Amino acid sequence: MAEVVWGLATSHVPSIGAAMDNHKTADPYWKPLFDGYAPAREWMAAHRPDVAVIIYNDHANAVDLDLVPTFAIGTAARYEVADEGWGRRPVPPVVGAPELSEHLVRELMDEEFDIATFHELDVDHGLTVPLSVYCPEPGDAWPCAVVPVLVNVIQYPQPTAARCYALGKAMGRAIRSFPQDVRVAVFGTGGMSHQLAGARAGLINSEFDRMFLRAIEAEPAKLAALSREDYIREAGTEGIELIMWLVMRGALSEHITRVHDTYHVPASNTAAALALFEEVRA
Amino acid sequence: MTTAQDNYVLDLANNRRGRALNRMCGSLRHAVNREEFSADEAVYCDAYGLSPEQKRAVLERDWTAMLDLGASIFYTYKLAMLDKLSMQYLGGVFTGMSVEEFAAAMRSGGRKLG
Repeated sequence: MAEVVWGLATSHVPSIGAAMDNHKTADPYWKPLFDGYAPAREWMAAHRPDVAVIIYNDHANAVDLDLVPTFAIGTAARYEVADEGWGRRPVPPVVGAPELSEHLVRELMDEEFDIATFHELDVDHGLTVPLSVYCPEPGDAWPCAVVPVLVNVIQYPQPTAARCYALGKAMGRAIRSFPQDVRVAVFGTGGMSHQLAGARAGLINSEFDRMFLRAIEAEPAKLAALSREDYIREAGTEGIELIMWLVMRGALSEHITRVHDTYHVPASNTAAALALFEEVRA
Repeated sequence: MTTAQDNYVLDLANNRRGRALNRMCGSLRHAVNREEFSADEAVYCDAYGLSPEQKRAVLERDWTAMLDLGASIFYTYKLAMLDKLSMQYLGGVFTGMSVEEFAAAMRSGGRKLG
């Protein structure tokens, strides 16, 4: 049977990917962020999963505003890297895990989550930056297959934080019931203080960010109880991306340990964070 | 939906209002469209059915007006990138700062609530 082995929460700010692609990770601006990643990367490199289930949102690259699925799962064998308006990132295409995707779609539908499916999907920085955070130098291929899980965090109304947490719990059950012996890591991406437009642009609420970073481990229900308005007020309009961390947290059990975390301001216009949790085997 | 008056929340009404503008900016993810847009911006805007106000905002790069007319920042960012302008530049525009001032505010811990 499949098992969930670890969970990673990470920001997916595009400029973090650009810093890696343009070899600027040692620049004074970026060095503290990447130094913060180092212990997590070392640990993850020694604990390679077979498949990464990556919860993320598209940013106007594969999902048009004419049709906005609340929750969707990629079911393809391969996903191309999206051209987001400035050319494709120079990273490998993403190999899918279609059998696990099919299993997750079926199990989640049986648990009464209405999942849209993508048979063709160009994956944007929301997915590829977390892969680069995990594995900065993939060479010709990423070290694991990927199941993309998309959440609408762009068009109001987004799913509630509570619904995302419940989806994560169902996702964890679905992964553990997959009959193949695969080791699965779950990534919850995006988030931390994020206000891109308007007079509040550049808003950073470190107090809220640090509270969230602490509570995601042992008090996720407290975070799941927050409303959309709470997230937008405290973390910024795009800070609502944090609800995707709750899908990851829900997929893990109650028995986890924190391997590493880091928090940094700024990454372009936002805060950025990483938190890595290991599933403790009974 | 929030007491903050300076949020641009992309709800369904804004989505309707901004549809042509967002579709036009979204099309810039294809290189061939970027070339076509740059060749004649006004003609390109007309082909996507932008309103006169939206067209003016695009041609004059009035980023705040675009938001007022229903734009999503994730779409207009593609137009900014075509102009080789960063999100930090846009942050400066929205807050009345130069890109250098905005970047300095972020480096010093970001802008605070209130």
